[in-house]
Amino acid sequence: MTAKLEVRHLTKIFGRRIPRAEELLKAGKSKAEILKSAGATVGVNDANFEVNDGEIFVIMGLSGSGKSTMIRMINRLIEPTSGEVLIDGENLTSLNKKQLLDVRRNKMSMVFQNFALFPNRTIIDNTAYGLEIKGVDKDERLKKSHDALELVGLHGYDNQYPTQLSGGMQQRVGLARALANNSEILLMDEAFSALDPLNRKDMQDELLDLQENLHKTIVFISHDLNEALRIGDRIMIMKDGEIVQTGTPEEILTQPADDYVERFIEDVDRTKVLTASNVMIRPTFVNIDKDGPRIAMRRMVENEISSVYVVNNQREFIGVVDASHVMSLIKKKERKLDSVIQKNVPTTSPDTPITDIMDTISSTPIPYAVVDDQNHLLGIIIRGAVLGAISGNEVGEDE
Amino acid sequence: MNNIPQLPVSSWIDKFVDWLASFEGFFNAVTNFIGGIINGFQWIFDLLPIWLFMLLVVGCTYWLNRKTKHWTLIGFEIVGLLYIWNQGFWRDMTQTLTLVLTSSLIALVIGVPLGIWMGKSKVFETINKPILDFMQTMPAFVYLIPAVAFFGIGMVPGVIASVIFAMPPTIRMTNLGIRQVPADLIEAADSYGSTSWQKLFKVQLPLAKSTLMAGVNQSMMLSLSMVVIASMIGAMGLGNKVYFAVGRNDAGGGFAAGLAIVILAIILDRITQAINRSKIPKS
Repeated sequence: MTAKLEVRHLTKIFGRRIPRAEELLKAGKSKAEILKSAGATVGVNDANFEVNDGEIFVIMGLSGSGKSTMIRMINRLIEPTSGEVLIDGENLTSLNKKQLLDVRRNKMSMVFQNFALFPNRTIIDNTAYGLEIKGVDKDERLKKSHDALELVGLHGYDNQYPTQLSGGMQQRVGLARALANNSEILLMDEAFSALDPLNRKDMQDELLDLQENLHKTIVFISHDLNEALRIGDRIMIMKDGEIVQTGTPEEILTQPADDYVERFIEDVDRTKVLTASNVMIRPTFVNIDKDGPRIAMRRMVENEISSVYVVNNQREFIGVVDASHVMSLIKKKERKLDSVIQKNVPTTSPDTPITDIMDTISSTPIPYAVVDDQNHLLGIIIRGAVLGAISGNEVGEDE
Repeated sequence: MNNIPQLPVSSWIDKFVDWLASFEGFFNAVTNFIGGIINGFQWIFDLLPIWLFMLLVVGCTYWLNRKTKHWTLIGFEIVGLLYIWNQGFWRDMTQTLTLVLTSSLIALVIGVPLGIWMGKSKVFETINKPILDFMQTMPAFVYLIPAVAFFGIGMVPGVIASVIFAMPPTIRMTNLGIRQVPADLIEAADSYGSTSWQKLFKVQLPLAKSTLMAGVNQSMMLSLSMVVIASMIGAMGLGNKVYFAVGRNDAGGGFAAGLAIVILAIILDRITQAINRSKIPKS
């Protein structure tokens, strides 16, 4: 993975006596102290992070945490007080006016919380705005805009005005406007926050679908942790202008950096982010090509369980045998397990969210087998582990 | 109190006016330029037969209101213009119209850029606001005195005085319109890499248009209110008729001409408002 976007020591101070405020900040004074003695507000303090090519990077925080200031410093809608923003290694903060326009025109596009569509322009002209600014000729920009609108699922609204569309549709236009520009970086400022919950979920799905094909580098601002966990490849949590923690959704959930993050994740619906691989445990298994009924029995006795999973030499999953059947084989002095293998075991992939398998887990007695695409047995999911994970306890083998 | 000497404000201003008078060449050029515009309008109006003029006004109203037929307005226009013709005020009406159109045009050409500048610069706005207040509240008669000194008598000083008095609404409303454009739309325009000019012509002005046009409409109405005052320095037209009626204590003649001004005002107001009516559907 290469870093598409790098932010180094980025700081923003609002107010008049900025040099004084910077000194105080360097001396380690708190935001409140700086406001009191210099009359300046620290928006963002010494932020450092990287966004990789093709990832969705969610900047998460409550209002006043500096996340909006942060995203606006990336395209310099707000001028940073100090620090650097690098895109493909090029430092944005040192660009002159014209170079900055070029970067804004070609490298990144922004999607806004309240859509920010131009009310005097039709949907197609709104979508074409970025191209129009760049001087793309009319036929080409209309074609590209039309394609972008199709991409976000808006057919036949080309000549309507924004006020004639619902909120969800308007934000699709906002997204299409950004996509039409074909820039590699999308800056999405609370893009779905103004939508109702159902529309928001649709748009999140839509964004994930689009991202599968487009592989944009997306910086997404959100105040909603569920949204962040749902769409983010990585999440950065901000508080009072400072970065509290950066990590994958799993890292955030399993290793919260401090009390603040912990309080945040307390009320997250864990079933939405935990996948089968998070809750699976190591299975006890026998190799059908090698082991007979006696070995299978021994494994069960050793582990105090009543059934054991069966794989072949390539560790491909075959099925499960239970103790009573194995006992009868031993009595009949059989050497092979083949005749008693139950093959109707539910299987799932390691990436499946737990929500999708919850119902089956609670209704079938046999634990799920987790297999990869080559059908190799990776682990099994037992009911207790799922419940433990949802309730926030450590997932361990002993459950 | 009597010990404090009176400030020689009037002599200062006299000196200033005298000093300005030394730029005679400049004022002559302005006089000729404005005179040219006035003559142009007047030439067109004199050329138009009355029936064609009426047809143009009615046609214009009909076309601008084609979605929401305004038959009463069209009826009023026909009756009103016939009244003016019937009273023998036709040429006076066209002269007044020339004065109003010329001063509105100049107010528009000067006022809109100033308004845009104010909308974009906090400093310029702060400097300009008291000047605009001054222009609007200073009794309009006062402008006549230097106007005569620089531009002689006739239509031109009338236009100049009207412009000074009528321009502030255009400037103010343009400023307001530019400032009222929602911040996120400005951010959107910036984030896609618009230059200042692109932002102005593609986003700010189109969105400020209806506010701006309301200002133009106000300027037009204010310059119409100047016609009687302008007639004191020799501007021809309906104002002149009213002014004479005042001098002769002729209530009937005064009202007859005053009514013509009212009719003209209503027609101008309704037409400019119709131009302003937004074509963007409301949700």
